[in-house]
Amino acid sequence: MTVHNLYIFSRNCTLLYYAEWNRLNKSGMTKEEEAKLMYGMLFSIKSFINKISPLDPKDGFLHYKTSKYTLNYLETPSGLKFVLNTDNSAQNVRGLLQQLYSQIYVEYVIKNPLCQLNEPIQSELFKNKLDELVKSSPYF
Amino acid sequence: MVIYGVYIVSKSGGLIFNHDHNVPKVETERTFTYPLDIQLNYENKKIVVAFGQKDGIKVGHVLTSVNKNPVNGRELDDGRDVLDMLSNAENFPILLKFSRSKMTTNEKIFLASMFYPLFAIASQLSPEPKCSGIEVLEADTFRLYCYQTLTGVKFMVVAEPTQAGMDILLKRVYELYADYALKNPFYSLEMPIRCELFETHLQTLLETVEKSGISNV
Repeated sequence: MTVHNLYIFSRNCTLLYYAEWNRLNKSGMTKEEEAKLMYGMLFSIKSFINKISPLDPKDGFLHYKTSKYTLNYLETPSGLKFVLNTDNSAQNVRGLLQQLYSQIYVEYVIKNPLCQLNEPIQSELFKNKLDELVKSSPYF
Repeated sequence: MVIYGVYIVSKSGGLIFNHDHNVPKVETERTFTYPLDIQLNYENKKIVVAFGQKDGIKVGHVLTSVNKNPVNGRELDDGRDVLDMLSNAENFPILLKFSRSKMTTNEKIFLASMFYPLFAIASQLSPEPKCSGIEVLEADTFRLYCYQTLTGVKFMVVAEPTQAGMDILLKRVYELYADYALKNPFYSLEMPIRCELFETHLQTLLETVEKSGISNV
């Protein structure tokens, strides 16, 4: 199993953090462009799902699967978006995303007064803890 | 085991076939007293619940009738404005019926063409080389399965998340498409499919899958 990469978006489309572990395919654009494309796609998927859903959605979008990778999505009520790409054999990555939010993001970004909200995360501690958590997860 | 619908999207992204199979009706009717305890907004020619979920009425539901009279846009059949009625205490108590808004054919065409770029971007943003587009899209209420044929036609099924074997079903639908739409001399490519045989066979296929599972088709 592999974890490919991770995007964290704020509620207003800023890419807060990007990390990558195993990525073979470079998309051929800059990181900013790619983040915009990704955010745009997620935004469209969200409204697509809202319209096409036969019942009232609660969590909405959970994940999508292609032939090579799975994109796992978690959105908090405050609009923060976590996107983790893994391979197709990983199940229930949502737990890891929730852990990432509550144990890493809240602990090392929200509780750090030096971290500006809605701006890219610079904290070295956050970076290390995140890396540690992902590498110790069974999906890696 | 429920299949909600089948969609076929042509190579150029247009919706050429859609079939609603088992779409549940979400409706609630309740008597309200003055003042209303939910917030209603008028948007896209519909009166929509904006705030205050209660007794099965959810945000996003559309007001469909007032005292059993159907609502068109923001007016009743006799021309009375619904929002004016609701702001007047004399009209209370009042019986309101809300339901989840149904997709119109136009909206379906719009959604089908919206899926097309999503499919393409998903393969472009892939961390692995040579990746296909979206095959399964999962939300908490449904799962959408998409199968793209070599010729670029996309077959999509929207079903309950627990429904298994949808990939096989999609290939069966493709077979039906090849047999009853493509072999029909009156069918022209990229145009909406209006072939009776195709529809009846699809209907039976979906019913057998729902009743006895995928292993019997």
